[in-house]
Amino acid sequence: MLDWLWLIPALPFAGYIVLALAGARLSRAIVASVGVGSVGLSTAVALVAGVSFINSPPSNHVYSQTLWTWISVGNFTPRVAFYLDPLSLVMTLVITFVSFLIHLYSSEFMIDDAGYSRFFAYMNLFVGSMLTLVLADNLLLLYLGWEGVGLCSYLLIGFWYQDPANGRAARKAFIVTRVGDTAFAIGLFLLFTHLGTLQIQEVMQRAAQHWTMNSPLAIAAAALLLGGAVGKSAQLPLQTWLPDAMAGPTPVSALIHAATMVTAGVYLIARAHVLFSLAPPVQSAVAVIGAATLLIAGFSALSQHDIKRVLAYSTISQIGYMFLALGVGAWSAAIFHLMTHAFFKALLFLAAGVVILAMHEEHDMYKMGGLRRRLPLTFWTFLIGAASLSALPLVTAGFYSKDLILWSAWSSPSGSTWLWIAGLVGALLTSLYTFRMVFLTFFGEAKYEVNYTPGNGIRLPLIVLACLSLVGGIVELPRTVGGQPWFSEFLGSALPALRYVEGRTHAELVLQIVAAVVSLSGIYLAYLFFLRRRVSADGAARSMLGAALDRFWFGGWGFDWLYNKLFVTPYIWLARTNKDDFIDSIYDGIAKLNEVFYRALSQTETGKVRWYMTGIALGAIVAVAIVVFL
Amino acid sequence: MILAWMIIVLLLGGAGAWAANRFSALWSRYISLLALAIDLVLVSVAASRHGQTRIGQWLVELNLNWIPPFGISLHLGLDGLSLLLILLTLFLGFISVLCSWNEVQKRVGFFHFNLLWILSGIIGVFLALDLFLFYFFWELMLVPMYFLIGIWGHENRVYAAIKFFLFTQVSGLLMLVAIIGLYFVHGRTTGIYTFDYLQLLGTSISPAVAMWLMLGFFIAFAVKLPALPLHSWLPDAHTEAPTAGSVILAGLLLKTGAYGLLRFVVPLFPEAAKAFAPAAMTIAVIGILYGAVLAFAQTDLKRLVAYTSVSHMGFVLLGVFALNEIAMQGALIQILAHGISTGALFVLVGALDERIHTRNLDNMGGLWAVVPRMGAVTMLFCLASLGLPGLGNFVGEFLVLFGVYPINIPLTVLATVGIVFATVYSLWIIQRAFHGPQREYPRLHDLSPREVGSMALMIATIIGLGLAPQPVLNTMRPSVESIIQGLGVGNSKSAVAGSPGSLDQGGAH
Amino acid sequence: MPVLPMEQGLLLAALLFALGLVGVLVRRNVIFILMSIEIMLNAAGLAFVVAGSRWAQEDGQVMFVFILAVAAAEVSVGLALLLQLYRRLQTLDVDAASKMRG
Repeated sequence: MLDWLWLIPALPFAGYIVLALAGARLSRAIVASVGVGSVGLSTAVALVAGVSFINSPPSNHVYSQTLWTWISVGNFTPRVAFYLDPLSLVMTLVITFVSFLIHLYSSEFMIDDAGYSRFFAYMNLFVGSMLTLVLADNLLLLYLGWEGVGLCSYLLIGFWYQDPANGRAARKAFIVTRVGDTAFAIGLFLLFTHLGTLQIQEVMQRAAQHWTMNSPLAIAAAALLLGGAVGKSAQLPLQTWLPDAMAGPTPVSALIHAATMVTAGVYLIARAHVLFSLAPPVQSAVAVIGAATLLIAGFSALSQHDIKRVLAYSTISQIGYMFLALGVGAWSAAIFHLMTHAFFKALLFLAAGVVILAMHEEHDMYKMGGLRRRLPLTFWTFLIGAASLSALPLVTAGFYSKDLILWSAWSSPSGSTWLWIAGLVGALLTSLYTFRMVFLTFFGEAKYEVNYTPGNGIRLPLIVLACLSLVGGIVELPRTVGGQPWFSEFLGSALPALRYVEGRTHAELVLQIVAAVVSLSGIYLAYLFFLRRRVSADGAARSMLGAALDRFWFGGWGFDWLYNKLFVTPYIWLARTNKDDFIDSIYDGIAKLNEVFYRALSQTETGKVRWYMTGIALGAIVAVAIVVFL
Repeated sequence: MILAWMIIVLLLGGAGAWAANRFSALWSRYISLLALAIDLVLVSVAASRHGQTRIGQWLVELNLNWIPPFGISLHLGLDGLSLLLILLTLFLGFISVLCSWNEVQKRVGFFHFNLLWILSGIIGVFLALDLFLFYFFWELMLVPMYFLIGIWGHENRVYAAIKFFLFTQVSGLLMLVAIIGLYFVHGRTTGIYTFDYLQLLGTSISPAVAMWLMLGFFIAFAVKLPALPLHSWLPDAHTEAPTAGSVILAGLLLKTGAYGLLRFVVPLFPEAAKAFAPAAMTIAVIGILYGAVLAFAQTDLKRLVAYTSVSHMGFVLLGVFALNEIAMQGALIQILAHGISTGALFVLVGALDERIHTRNLDNMGGLWAVVPRMGAVTMLFCLASLGLPGLGNFVGEFLVLFGVYPINIPLTVLATVGIVFATVYSLWIIQRAFHGPQREYPRLHDLSPREVGSMALMIATIIGLGLAPQPVLNTMRPSVESIIQGLGVGNSKSAVAGSPGSLDQGGAH
Repeated sequence: MPVLPMEQGLLLAALLFALGLVGVLVRRNVIFILMSIEIMLNAAGLAFVVAGSRWAQEDGQVMFVFILAVAAAEVSVGLALLLQLYRRLQTLDVDAASKMRG
């Protein structure tokens, strides 16, 4: 069954081609069935492939399939080939499954939009590119998928193109991620130059053979790949594009800017874990970037009013956790959190989409309230998602994945108490902002009359994702709760297990309890601040310091302002100043000089024949004189 | 003889198209298409018949005496490199005829006469293996192009036409001087006075003289390419030319410069080229960045696209002077991909101008809602121009960068940054013209079937180049390999100044 | 055959030439200018004849015949131009025909 591997990305691409060529002429029903159906089929193939992969694993737990040789020049021979191992299989399953649910949701959610077929075309293109990214057998093909998802992100953020603000957000997303991609591309040049191949497994093998620990080339290569990952996954310092990316339709935010594309950076680092292991400084940088990002984004999420922006900052923060895990060498923990995050964050976005739809495009949480009774299903699913995001102990998937990360940060050889504390503070922030969102939106008095009941197309994905957000954690149970690390064992052939520092492991249960308490106390704090209003959050926000902090956090810590001053304004100034190309004026100067000579000489052209004759005569006399006397 | 016929058919077709205008303008157009079609048949016959039994790198060769006392001969040769460029020429020739179907209504016969004569000059340039003949064809391209811009251009056409002519003519004369210089140097050392390319290869020249002669050629080709700071004719010429003129300028005339570098500068003066390579690569990278920044600042859409050419052709220059196989192959792919993507953008801008009578971005916006097909096609070619993987330009640019990295890391980094700049201006085009709030437009019709047809061909080609460029790479391989071999001969004599890495093909462990 | 003394012959030719030149320079009437040019041409012809006789070569006389032909052509073209000039400008003053000044 694995022979059908190529169908997994090919089906969504086929859907894209059909919709792009004929979409405008098809009825909405057909568009939806093509758009959803192609991804559904792809999901089915992925499931079948997954089952057969697990039942009868290919040798070395690796299956690869070459379609054709893409380019072959000298020893540069990247192929169009797919590579299936446990890591890419997990990614493929998560992507196809979540994509399918979100497509299903969109088929109802977007039904009134004029650009229905365009929407599904872009979405299908996205799924195809994302699958190419995770299944790619070499880095150049991975780069193709990488840029492809970036393009779809651009197209879908700017989906409602009539509003220039959406266009600005879309361009920002594309350009900022492309800055990271530049680093990634240079990393590819470096790897190829020094290792002579781009085939991922060979790169890793040769790197391990040729490069010693801490060799400058390994550090440079890992740092450059990190640059790409940071851009795509919206981590410090390239995180600024993601909050603005919420300008796109909500299913897009759920699929691209929460569940799949933004986690591509995590996937890339996990894929290239050998390189990162060879470069400990870079790996620690990954951990520090993750820790810093999760804190910064957590604080920013706390002061947003727009429900989608809260979720966006939350996404940045959660990917920060994944980076933290990668940075301490807990590769499978990162992928585990990636998976559970895909479930509960997609769920939160989809539920938020229902809220926004019911509120007639109102995004401000302070104008919502009391929606609990009006939108019961949405409320319950959102609550489940929120609980999972806040890592509510034992009953949610988010608890297991986040706990594993915190635990790894504590007990890994490259971890530290500081990283653990950062993660813990982040956990407090997470449950605080998450339940702030829940209380503001669904509790309190109703401020708006809502008459909306979602149909099956919307309900089904919500319910399925809610179930997954609850039980998705059972695939990896810590020792204290049964001890069944099935997930990391499955990934074991692709990602090495983390070796814990002996002597720090006995604290596992204590740490889990601490984490659970922190998470619960965050929820309680949110309850105090935003529901009971025992402690006035508004009052705190109104004080001098509070207001300043609020504004600072609201604006994302001033990164946008800084980048505008540092890069955007100078670039535009440079371009505008030199619009007419100063080099051209040099040639104009030459032309002007010629004109001056021409004017001077043309003074002698009087038009009088006798004047010319005199000239000729004098010239002749001078010429004769020269001949005679010299 | 088949090679000579390729040129003659176009010359005759041009004359025929001019004459046929007496009866009907439509006749001129059909005769032009017919001439191009015959040429296409000739090329494919030439390529297929001799594909198997090739003599050296030349698929077909023709060598006739022309002016024996001076060692001038009618020496034409077709190899993989020229084959691809001729195919591009004919392809864009078709596109040019099709895209001026409605646009050109004035002196239609003479227009097609000029068009076909330019094309035959270009094909001659790609085939000539005699430097004198090469110069002849080089000049043959110019005069009809001058008329094309000067007669059928936009508002400021005469200025642009004269500027174009001056730049190319002056630089062409430099090349003539260099050709004659080479002729005498070769004659003096060997006693054989000849303009024949194959005999002039491997002439031993003292380094200083070689450098001067090389610069003579280089400047002529750099003007055409265009390389900074010799580019300033290009924005004016592209902007003022009629659509077909812009397509041919960007798609083909610029490529003759790149072809000249590959065919003449590097093989004839390998040592001088190696010594000059760091300078040339620096110029190239500055051009990439400078062109991209300037493109972003423009409000005239055609001018914007013109500046993107400066940026993209920088990659070609960079690839050629990296002097290794990967980069050179990349430069060639970039030549083809840029010809198609920029050609398509010019056709689209022309089509837009025809409909809304402006090229100013300030007067556009929201066109996607009005002409969605046009928007989608423009989007695709803008994406090609920003180097999206899966489209031809990506393969070209990345191969160049892969080849340059082992030789010069800082330049590679800067050139890669140029791709970010390309993103900025490409998205800017889409935003300003097609996205944003919709303006008041007269009733617009979307792309007509004829336009859709030509666009579909270009789209298919650019995607093909992006996903399966291997047949093209295979066709070019013998030519590129022989150029690289030619470089290897004197490799031991002098190390290349300023290049930290080795010159062997990248990827040494 | 008495040989012409070359010095006198050349002196006469030079004198005639100078006369013609002065005529061209000072006269403003086109007819007179044309006549002066005739004189200059004949002066040159005279110089040829003198030189031919000095070295006993027939080339000098051949050249004179040639100059005669040139002069005839010049006069015919010149007079045609003169008629056109008069028609356009209603005058024979050369200084009036200065349209080609820079």
